[in-house]
Amino acid sequence: MASLVGSRVERKEDKRFLTGKGRYTADINLANQTYAIFVRSPHARASIKKLNIDKALKSSGVVSILTGKEIADDKIGGLIAGWAIRSEDGTEMKCPGNPPLAKDNVNFVGDPVAVVIAESLAEAKEAAEKVEVDYKVLKAVTSTADAMNGDTIHEGIDKNLCFDWLLGDRQKVKEAFDKADKVISIDIINNRLIPNAMEPRACVADYNAASEEITLYTTSQNPHLSRLIMSAFGNVAPEHKLRVVAPDVGGGFGSKINVYNEDIVCSWAAKKINRAIKWVAERSESFLTDIHGRDHVTHAELAVTKDGKFLGFKNETIANLGAYARVFGTVTPTYLFGPCATGVYEIPAAYTNVKAVYTNTAPVDAYRGAGRPEATYTIERLVEKASMELGIDKTELRIKNFPTAFPFKQTLVHTVDSGDYVAGMEKAKQMADYKGFEARRKESEAKGKLRGIGVTSYFEACGIAPSAAVMSLGCGVGLWESAEVRFNPTGQVTVYTGSHSHGQSHQTTFAQIAADELGVPIENIDIVHGDTDKGTFGMGTYGSRSLAVGGIAIVNACKKIVEKGKRVTAKMLEANPEDVEFKDGEFVVSKSNKKKTIGEVAFACYLPGVRDEMKSPLPEGDEPGLKETSFYDPSNFSFPAGTHIAEVEIDPETGHVKLEKYTACDDFGRIINPMVVEGQVHGGLAQGIGQALYENAEYDETGQLMTGSYMDYTMPRADNFPEFNIGYTCTHATTNPLGVKGCGEAGAIAAPPTVMNAVIDALGGQEVTMPATAEKVWKACKNLKKSNAKAA
Amino acid sequence: MGKISLEVNGRKVEKEASDNTLLSTFLREHLQLTGTHIGCDTSQCGACVVHVDGNSLKSCTALAADVNGSKVTTIEGLETNGKMHPMQEAFKKLHGLQCGFCTPGMVMSAVDLLQKNKKPSDTEIRDWLEGNICRCTGYQNIVAAVKEAATKM
Repeated sequence: MASLVGSRVERKEDKRFLTGKGRYTADINLANQTYAIFVRSPHARASIKKLNIDKALKSSGVVSILTGKEIADDKIGGLIAGWAIRSEDGTEMKCPGNPPLAKDNVNFVGDPVAVVIAESLAEAKEAAEKVEVDYKVLKAVTSTADAMNGDTIHEGIDKNLCFDWLLGDRQKVKEAFDKADKVISIDIINNRLIPNAMEPRACVADYNAASEEITLYTTSQNPHLSRLIMSAFGNVAPEHKLRVVAPDVGGGFGSKINVYNEDIVCSWAAKKINRAIKWVAERSESFLTDIHGRDHVTHAELAVTKDGKFLGFKNETIANLGAYARVFGTVTPTYLFGPCATGVYEIPAAYTNVKAVYTNTAPVDAYRGAGRPEATYTIERLVEKASMELGIDKTELRIKNFPTAFPFKQTLVHTVDSGDYVAGMEKAKQMADYKGFEARRKESEAKGKLRGIGVTSYFEACGIAPSAAVMSLGCGVGLWESAEVRFNPTGQVTVYTGSHSHGQSHQTTFAQIAADELGVPIENIDIVHGDTDKGTFGMGTYGSRSLAVGGIAIVNACKKIVEKGKRVTAKMLEANPEDVEFKDGEFVVSKSNKKKTIGEVAFACYLPGVRDEMKSPLPEGDEPGLKETSFYDPSNFSFPAGTHIAEVEIDPETGHVKLEKYTACDDFGRIINPMVVEGQVHGGLAQGIGQALYENAEYDETGQLMTGSYMDYTMPRADNFPEFNIGYTCTHATTNPLGVKGCGEAGAIAAPPTVMNAVIDALGGQEVTMPATAEKVWKACKNLKKSNAKAA
Repeated sequence: MGKISLEVNGRKVEKEASDNTLLSTFLREHLQLTGTHIGCDTSQCGACVVHVDGNSLKSCTALAADVNGSKVTTIEGLETNGKMHPMQEAFKKLHGLQCGFCTPGMVMSAVDLLQKNKKPSDTEIRDWLEGNICRCTGYQNIVAAVKEAATKM
């Protein structure tokens, strides 16, 4: 049987998506359902003086209106930060309460204060207009850089500072800098982004008064985690009375990790009114209330010798948490950021200091890449600047500082098990025709255009899991993953995974893995996820962990099936279990060559008896049935890496940046389905290039979101991109049996510095902030013209 | 309230709907054709594209009453006798979709492109699809799928 792992298998999920048979949360309608509309704060910071629902209650079709008072009276808990981070001085981080409906204070535009539930959506909207809220508007804090100097947003949290965290050794770094021939320094802004999964968030909550069960259909990347948080912290219902279903989910990119206010409020309210409640976000609500991403202000320095050896690295960052710290809000700018900030280089001394601040903006949390794009942007902008200042070729300078051997003990935290960074660099250069760049630059010049080339070498820590590691760093839960493999008596297989697909293709890639492990045709394997009533508790999908953690759990469960199959075969064929080998779906007794197919074994496990015979095929001690579970907790993260090269051409008359070429050469370890991996790379690149050239979330000084629709927030379109040139090198991960590393975030991590390095190269080294819009670039072109004229 | 009569995916339908009902809402809520998706509120994303009398239209930009009497084709109506349209096949073959949310609108828009331009260039495809936002694929495999479908239609 040919191996499916490594093949371009077409996706099992596609037919339903292509024929309109997908079932997203907004497609679900329950009998007798009501509709919810949330009344949201129009102010970024205010105290609520009075909230009057009398008029609204009289509006037609209103079933109920609930406010922060009722939710507090019912002791429904608030939203939480999932990671506890300690400051450099040893104090614990400071987090404000975050009730699902604000009672006394609102802290960002969109913060919900009441929910209106009515018989129809139109009636709910109309009644919501009649809810009267008397606010005392307070001065908002919106700037990341100045947040510590602003008014105190949350009582008792001085300087709006959640924590002041340090990773690394300041003294060692000082010593390294004292020895340096040169110090390269840079000030950068990692611009704020809005994830914008195409499916707006939604939920449908139902209550069964007889069984006292709540069912919540919701747009989640991790339904079990949502249930746990809603039960343990939200006090909505005990876990066994709360079912969370995340059906087809239309993209997440981190924005659907969090339990949101609406999930808790609708679940709680459905029980209160004893009817189903449906809520679907309008896009403008998504803009205001989905978590946002990035938003760092950084000063970084690199100490170097004159021949280009890196000696030390400093990183001083202010990270914006928004109004509240949410599930991955505090880990994203710390452990997902700091360790990766030294990049793919041997740097003897380094530290990262992060001050995480509250502002009156939407909460900032994990968005595709989460911390690692910010880290890579910091080091790769710095290295590119070093190459310019030292006059050393940008690729040579990088190679000079790559680790020489693996495992590579990275400066801060990680031990990278495998990789070959030089091979990745060489292949990327070849793919991009790096040598031919100067000729292309001259061609552009002849046309009156500026051409630039940018390089990034990155690594990232993903496959976010090792429970012991993450819990020692402050994570509130272990991040293992589960799988359950169930054989039916007639030989088909259902695999339940705790991870969740919202575009990642689990139904196909996970089935490829199980098909190879079990020797069962892929058509006979179904992957089930996204329903807490179906599968075992699982941790969900984020941090490129589905395959490297969830996939391995499937492998391990399959291996247990095979082990049992060997014992059963031995009993059936009167052989020693040690003499039974399993290959391509058959159990073969090596000495006699007698065999049983895995289907026959499954059948025998479920029907362990034959008429007129007392003999059971089940060995003593083995129970009937064929079903195995695995909880896999890896020993380490996985570490994809690669080199990307971009070329841009700038029209100095208009400032328009055209991305001419983009080359990505990545090492993802073993690849299960090249077609799916390509898709993941393309998508990541589009988001990364989007950050560099187009996307930006902007608040004005009063805290109004200026980019609150697709008219104002530039989403990358089909005509914004060239055809990407994708290639791979491959070193297998040594820390998991498949040798896989994870590919979901690489593009979004590597692309921003790659593109910006090219833009800044074209502009003669002038710094431009992301996104490199025509206006900014046009101004830089003007400056360049002036300085060139002066030089001449 | 008024009576809306349409031929949707070859089937005649007649339903009462309030005058301000958008075509997208009419399809999803009145006819339960939930394959047509709503991704924004400013007619930018294109997840709701359907065909009205043969031409692609963002169904959130029209009132159901405006298209009264028209022939509407949604993503659910693209198959013939259970066989997927060449555009649907090409999207599947070349991985032109991931989460699937923008897909119905993207496919309907792409089908209309090939009705109007049998052999579009890469640039023409990218320009045409400018009104359909996809957050997953980076568009590359969508462009490839449209080119593939052009060879089959």
